[in-house]
Amino acid sequence: MSQEPLAHRPDKPALLVGLLLLAVAAIVGYDASTQTITSNYGLGPTAMPYVVCAGLVVLGLAHLVVAFREGLPRPEEADRSALLWIAAGLAGLIASIALGGGFVLATTLVFACTARGFGRRAFLVDAIIGFVLGLVIFLVFAKLLTLILPSGPFEQLFL
Amino acid sequence: MDTLLALLNGFSVAFEPSKLLFCLVGVFLGTAVGVLPGIGPALTVALLLPVTFKLDPAGSLIMFAGIYYGGMYGGSTTAILLNAPGESASLATALEGSKMAKAGRGGPALATSAIGSFVAGLIATIGLAFLAPWLVEIAVKFGPWDYFALMIVAFVTVSATFGDSPLRGLTSLFVGITLGLIGIDKLTGQARLTFGVPELLNGVEVTTLAVGLFAVGEAFYVASKRFREPEEIIPIKGSLWMSKQDWKRSWAPWLRGTAYGFPIGALPAGGAEVPTFLSYSTEKKLCKYPDEFGKGAIEGVAGPEAANNASAAGTLVPLLTLGLPTSATAAIMLAGFQQYGLNPGPLLFAEKPDLVWGLIASLFVANVMLVILNLPLIGLWVKLLAVPQPWLYAGILVFATMGTLAVNSSPVELGMLFAFGYLGYLMRRYDYPVAPMVVGLILGPMAEAQLRRALQISLGDPMILLENPGSATLLGIAFIALVAPFVMKGLNRFKAAED
Repeated sequence: MSQEPLAHRPDKPALLVGLLLLAVAAIVGYDASTQTITSNYGLGPTAMPYVVCAGLVVLGLAHLVVAFREGLPRPEEADRSALLWIAAGLAGLIASIALGGGFVLATTLVFACTARGFGRRAFLVDAIIGFVLGLVIFLVFAKLLTLILPSGPFEQLFL
Repeated sequence: MDTLLALLNGFSVAFEPSKLLFCLVGVFLGTAVGVLPGIGPALTVALLLPVTFKLDPAGSLIMFAGIYYGGMYGGSTTAILLNAPGESASLATALEGSKMAKAGRGGPALATSAIGSFVAGLIATIGLAFLAPWLVEIAVKFGPWDYFALMIVAFVTVSATFGDSPLRGLTSLFVGITLGLIGIDKLTGQARLTFGVPELLNGVEVTTLAVGLFAVGEAFYVASKRFREPEEIIPIKGSLWMSKQDWKRSWAPWLRGTAYGFPIGALPAGGAEVPTFLSYSTEKKLCKYPDEFGKGAIEGVAGPEAANNASAAGTLVPLLTLGLPTSATAAIMLAGFQQYGLNPGPLLFAEKPDLVWGLIASLFVANVMLVILNLPLIGLWVKLLAVPQPWLYAGILVFATMGTLAVNSSPVELGMLFAFGYLGYLMRRYDYPVAPMVVGLILGPMAEAQLRRALQISLGDPMILLENPGSATLLGIAFIALVAPFVMKGLNRFKAAED
């Protein structure tokens, strides 16, 4: 990041936030305009969305102004691979629940991938820890709180 | 006299063995999470909400309050021994505390912060017990317009007045309010912003947002910058006990810290950062040994620590009497009340006196437990800091998933958790505060309901908000609080230039 031309080039993150806020404002406004139920007296369900929409427009425009002035605070360099590992763990979690893989498989994935993201290199050990942790939580919920967490073929063995 | 009777009654609830157990678990957990950097009381309560919703409401709420108080105690340990404040409320403590620890006076630093927290907690809880009934009497007369105005004050102060940038705070708040719009409108049954996704009809779960922003967001954030050198734990040398001199230098800062912490915590402006820094700078000015400041002056630990504990008790005043959360933890605790169908406010004092007064009484119990637990177990707390970071955060994410799945076991909910987590990461990265978003999600729908109720009564005339002295004053305060930071910014710049 060079320092000199910054004064004239808009700050990208601030620009992006500003545009996103305007987009959200448009969605909120559009959604309110398509609503069919109205209230006979007092305020209807569309009033608040329009207020929020107006607020978002103001904030979005303010961000655009900021983008051409001081911009958002500049963050330090992020460790992308760490972020990707954690994201992969969470994606595995969602897939496991959506496809019926069950809670224990999901926690195993989350635990092992997150630990890897934080720099550990013992994937198998971490996977076993995650597996045991998941199993204990599943059993505590099932037996003590009578709440069945999502179960796949493996969890069925314990029910 | 009524207050004393009610409080005595509360103690009879708080001393039930099961309540004592909940309280003990709470303070223990609270201290632990306070000690661990990166996890605060707000996150812990958010993680526990789904687990506790089948348990006894009074017990769970007592546990949450114990976690809140415990977090304030535990944060000081990390601040002193690691120079890495576990909570933003401990930032001021770290300034002098870590210097004391480096100079071999870690023991007295921990002792003055524990005893100071106890003194402050005790005084502030007494303040809470006597202020609450008085406020409740005022709150009974509140109309919907007053409540609406009060929530506007909370919105503005939580997001705009404190924090680095009012623009970023307000943005966070408005995103939260937008999320609060999602779902079926309670008055008319109109579906809003659901885009035909059936899972969205019930709205966004507070726990999903809170756990996503706090737990998942924090995990992403810490992982993204793990290149930094880990902080070293400073071993405690010498005695834990304070010398006569230490006592002499500590008692006044404790009291002054309490005097800052409780009222500021109780204001809708809220937060623990402001009183701790006010206390720090006051002690710096009043100290008889000004040379010691910056090298480990005990006053600089005693004052801020007392202030942050007192502010925790102060925060509970508007939460219990008005249902108004003024800090992230208070916002999540409000969600805790709501999950049992309880709405804090004057009605709760009338309908469930046992629960409210039991909760207040158990705060005294928690305080005593904390001062007893804290110092002898200091070795255990320090060991907690040795848990490898990868396991710590991996464990947090497993608990986060568990919490979300226990509330609503659908992939859509998990997708939202993931999305909120990434949003929380980006917000931390670009210095947007996350607490206003949670407050917006909780208070947004409440404010809308109050406004609509007010306008139904006035037959649609919005002037009712300005014609009522209560709501007019509050809206005036909100307006000043909104404009002040923009004006003050200019003033600050002026001051800085003068220096």
